[in-house]
Amino acid sequence: MEEMTLLQWAFDGVLGFALLWLAWRALASPDLFKAIVLFIAFGLLMALAWVRLDAPDVALAEAAIGAGLTGALLLTALARLDLKNETETVHKEDNTPQSP
Amino acid sequence: MIEKTKQKTLFRLVLIMLLSALAAGLGYVVLSLPTQAPGLSEQVTANLVRSGVSNPVTAVLLNFRGYDTLLEMGVLLLALVGVWSLGGIPEQRKSSPPGPVLDMLARLLVPLLILVAGYLLWVGAYAPGGAFQAGAVLAAAGVLLLLAGWRPGTRFSGLPLRIALVTGLGIFVAVGMALILLERRLLEYSPSFAGALILLIEVAASLSIGITLAALFLGGRPEVEPRR
Repeated sequence: MEEMTLLQWAFDGVLGFALLWLAWRALASPDLFKAIVLFIAFGLLMALAWVRLDAPDVALAEAAIGAGLTGALLLTALARLDLKNETETVHKEDNTPQSP
Repeated sequence: MIEKTKQKTLFRLVLIMLLSALAAGLGYVVLSLPTQAPGLSEQVTANLVRSGVSNPVTAVLLNFRGYDTLLEMGVLLLALVGVWSLGGIPEQRKSSPPGPVLDMLARLLVPLLILVAGYLLWVGAYAPGGAFQAGAVLAAAGVLLLLAGWRPGTRFSGLPLRIALVTGLGIFVAVGMALILLERRLLEYSPSFAGALILLIEVAASLSIGITLAALFLGGRPEVEPRR
């Protein structure tokens, strides 16, 4: 096994902490858009972590599917949720009886 | 009111206890793992020559454990069927046509992405890459096209789209069945044809994966031209 330099230790440590922090922030963020952006960032850092673990195949899949496509799917789902909420509020306004 | 706060604290205490138990259990399991797991890498390296490819990951995914990949393709197709069963494409917000930057970017990037997908597919035989990665890159090209306002014509969204979606799984199953007819076991390639068969399956699979993922992004069953 190759010797790990201090720089590599530092890099791995920062990477690990950044992953944990991003995961926590993505889960705890009340703003869904922010949470999705944090999730995409998490996926990209996770791909880096897979590279560090000598698994470039998984890293490729993680970057393309985990960060890219899942992020795009989540963003469209969010846009659709917003659209649904908007139409629902419009319907509610239509249905409220007109007070004289 | 006080009763409610009490209940809340009790609930939190139970939650903390359960989570601590889970953390302790997980920690115990991780610590009791053998430090040097034997693994199957020796068997893989020993049989790599007979697998038709020189990248061990591709060899495992499409030869030694080809059955798992076959089922994975099935799961992906089922997911799309599930989404389609929920209904057609929901009405999009009336959006303005894409700006010149997005339009230009799509025009520049889509051919490049298709090239990269082809490269990943080809290189998968002896380096990291392969059908799923190539399919994901193809799907990214599709998503970019959809974002730029392109929609599949109704002529293609009926039978041609469905054929493209099932090609990957279909060819996979067809190869497996053909091997059974040749008195071998399911997906047991003969070493002399293994490379070609794997390439055939991977080409079909990456095409289907790309189209399936892009169709998932579309989020519903596309309109079909009414029958005359």
